[in-house]
Amino acid sequence: MTEYARGGAPATKAVPAIALRSVTKHFGQVRAVRGIDLHVQQGEVVAFLGPNGAGKTSTIDMVLGLSAPTSGEVVVLGLEPHAAIRRGLVAAVMQTGGLLKDLTVVETVRYTASLFAHSESVADVLQRAGIAEIADRKVGKCSGGEQQRLRFAMALLSDPALLLLDEPTTGMDVEGRRAFWSAIHEDASRGRTVLFATHYLEEADAYADRIILVSKGLVVADGTASEVKGLASGRTVRATWRPTDAALQAIPGADSVERRGDTVLIHSHDTDAVARHLLQHTEARDLEITARGLEDAFLALTGEPDLQGDSR
Amino acid sequence: MTTLTEHHVRRTPRLGGFNATILRLELRRLLRNRRTVVFTLVMPVVFFLLFGLDAAYADQDAGHGNVAAYIMISMAVYGAMVATTGAGASVSLERSLGWSRQLRLTPLAPAAYVAVKLVMALAVGLAAIVAVYAVGVFTHKAEMPVHLWVETALIAWAGSLVFAAFGLFMGYVLPGENVMQILGPGLALLAFLGGLFVPLDQGSVMETVARFTPMFGLNQLVHAPLTGDAVQPTWVLNVAAWLVVFTGGAIWRFRKDTARV
Repeated sequence: MTEYARGGAPATKAVPAIALRSVTKHFGQVRAVRGIDLHVQQGEVVAFLGPNGAGKTSTIDMVLGLSAPTSGEVVVLGLEPHAAIRRGLVAAVMQTGGLLKDLTVVETVRYTASLFAHSESVADVLQRAGIAEIADRKVGKCSGGEQQRLRFAMALLSDPALLLLDEPTTGMDVEGRRAFWSAIHEDASRGRTVLFATHYLEEADAYADRIILVSKGLVVADGTASEVKGLASGRTVRATWRPTDAALQAIPGADSVERRGDTVLIHSHDTDAVARHLLQHTEARDLEITARGLEDAFLALTGEPDLQGDSR
Repeated sequence: MTTLTEHHVRRTPRLGGFNATILRLELRRLLRNRRTVVFTLVMPVVFFLLFGLDAAYADQDAGHGNVAAYIMISMAVYGAMVATTGAGASVSLERSLGWSRQLRLTPLAPAAYVAVKLVMALAVGLAAIVAVYAVGVFTHKAEMPVHLWVETALIAWAGSLVFAAFGLFMGYVLPGENVMQILGPGLALLAFLGGLFVPLDQGSVMETVARFTPMFGLNQLVHAPLTGDAVQPTWVLNVAAWLVVFTGGAIWRFRKDTARV
């Protein structure tokens, strides 16, 4: 049993890092978030994946207490978002801005560190974010990737239980992106809950335990990368087999069947049942089950042909 | 994740996050800004050297001292006014850079942030006054009793609070990076209307209008100890009214700015 604060809810492992209940967010006529229910357990690394305008940033802003939901409830680590922020339990790396150009890197971190009741050591945080050697550089002279690692260093200061990243690698080159994610990954391996918004499929696939796919203000899929892929397009069982037509007809749960010489491809939403049937009741061998690409899943679930480009 | 496994109670910071580290870093930022230094510390001193030491009038009587002292006080007030307005208006730049938003992801209370800005404004305001008075001492022209140096400096400093509030108000109203390019000429105009640079013709239309502008009351009050003029209630009313207007405006815009929408 661990307690966060006087008057705050006790934060056991059972308390979700994020709990959204029927959350909506309207901006005038625009319904950015149309009713999201979401539970993120502590220790999860979650990708919030969706095309531009899907409601990712609006949702993250509500979790951070930067905006209030039009309706519904947002609870962070058992607390109201502001209370969680005041205790340094939640930190975020935003996409752009939020830095003073006339301070140096180390001054910026020192400034931020002074605001928390408890803070990690400034030198340690610079080290972990990989910017110790540019500590005395003016922020205005740092590259986009360096500024992003500075934002990450600032986010680490309070040793937050929950870290939110809003499109953290937008505008970074490949090398900067890799360095940034390796720092995040190293950190997440210590058990911090991480939720990151992205429209890069490969980032979601590579770095998240769980993918929450959002489109037009709603959650359209939620699960591991392979579950999400399976949801949209099913999986494919490939087997070496020369079946009769009747044998093909007898396969349970097949969406479609393709024959290529000695090879049979069976698309299905329940490939486990297909595989079990093939192994137990037929001569099929060399079974191989593959998910279709996440990109296919994405297209099927969001109906968006193009995911690249700037997102808000 | 020590916080989740240890029996650890997370606290919120004292004073809403207001602390000496921020003050030190904010001061460093102000001193790094060449424009701030030129407009708040150098320019009022140069004005004093140009207009305050003229042999044609510098030694003329101005009540309990001479005209050089009178002009020195005026320039100190002008410096303090520009300094405090600029420090307050710096919130505009910080809003446009997204720094204010970043700070909302920390425990820093919005009121503590404004307190930091006020302290900084008063610090540079005092620096501007001290700079002009120091040059006044070293040039040996300005003459008035010692206690009047202290008294007038304190009145000028206290009065600059009006402009710290004005700067904050404008910082929350005006967008973008170059607020002082708009406010600079505006302040010069207010200084003229207040009679800070050139005395207003008594009874003129100009003077009647000027009575209602923000610099008028302070200009009268700050010179009163030197000239020996009796303090008029309308002067105090002028200063108090503008302080209320600017503070109210700043609070109104600040609330709007930090409201969760």
